[in-house]
Amino acid sequence: MIARVIVVPKPVVNDPQGLTVKQGLASLGFREVTDVRVGKYIEVNLEGASEHEARRRVEEMCRQLLANHVIEDFRFDLEPEHKRR
Amino acid sequence: MFRLEVAVKFGVVVFPGTWSDRDCGWVIDRVLGQELTYLWHKDSDLKGCDCVILPGGFSYGDYLRTGAIARFAPIMEKVGEFADRGGLVWGICNGFQVLCEAGLLPGALIRNASLEFRCEWTNLLVERTDLPFTTKCSDRDVLRVPIAHGEGSYFADPATLSRIEQRGQVVFRYCDAGGRVIPSANPNGSLHNIAGIVNARGNVLGMMPHPERCAEAELGGTDGLKLFRSAAENALKVLVS
Repeated sequence: MIARVIVVPKPVVNDPQGLTVKQGLASLGFREVTDVRVGKYIEVNLEGASEHEARRRVEEMCRQLLANHVIEDFRFDLEPEHKRR
Repeated sequence: MFRLEVAVKFGVVVFPGTWSDRDCGWVIDRVLGQELTYLWHKDSDLKGCDCVILPGGFSYGDYLRTGAIARFAPIMEKVGEFADRGGLVWGICNGFQVLCEAGLLPGALIRNASLEFRCEWTNLLVERTDLPFTTKCSDRDVLRVPIAHGEGSYFADPATLSRIEQRGQVVFRYCDAGGRVIPSANPNGSLHNIAGIVNARGNVLGMMPHPERCAEAELGGTDGLKLFRSAAENALKVLVS
C-alpha cells in the first residue's frame, strides 16, 4: 500500500512562497492565475495493512508528524501496491 | 565578573544541527560564571539542571518543518516534565520552533514574509518584566538583540492570538529604537510584531532573537545579558520538586 500525502498551508496562513510563485507565473503571462499555495507531497509505503487500517494509521501519522495542525491541512490517497507496477 | 553565591546550573540542549549551543555556553560559563552542562539529544536526564536552554540552529536539518523532528528526541520528554514542575525552559530561535512543535508554546513559526533569511539587529519592546526571564529589564525596556532566521514569522489562529494577548503572554515585540511597535520594525511578518512569548505559567519562554549574541560589548551590545542574569537570579526560586 502506498499513501500519497499532500500537506498545504491553511487558507488563513500567509504563504509567501505561493505569492512569489503567483507573481512569477503572472510575469510569464499566465494572467489567469488567481492564487497559488505551495505545500508538500509525501509518499509513505506501508505493508500488511487493510485499506481501512492503513487509512487510520496514515491519518494518525499526519496528525502526529507529517502536518502541523496549527498551520497546515492534509489529505491523502491510498493506492494498493500492485497498481503501481 | 557577575557571580551569585550559589551557582545556577544551566543545561544547553544539543541536537544534531544545533549551532548556537557554544554561544549560549560561553555566556553562561565565561560571562556569567554560572555552572554549565551540555545535554545531548539522546540523553534521558537533565543532569540536575536548574534552567534548560534550547539554542538556535537547524536541528535535524529542519527536515519536514523546523523543530518537527527535534521534539521527538529523548531529551524532550524530560524537558516537558521539567517544564511541568515549573522549571525554566528557554527556547531561542530554533529552540522556540521546537517548543511550538512540542506543544509547550502556542502557535507556530513560518517562513519569513520576505522569503529572505534575515540576519540583522532588531529592537525588542519588553512587555513583561515580572517573568523569571525579564526581572532585570526595566518597564517597557527596549532591547537591541540580533536575529538570524529564515522561518521566524509568528503565527497563531485568531482565537489563540487573542488568548495570548489577553493573558499577557507576549513578552517581546519588534519595535523601532524609540519603542514604537510599527510594521516597518517587523523583520519577518510576525503577527502583532511578536518576537517572543511565554506559556500561561510563565516558565517557558520562546524567542526568535539571539540574546546570547549580544552579551558582551565586543559583540556590539550587552542587552542580552539582562535576560541571562534574570534567569540566573530566578531559576532556583521557581522550581517545584
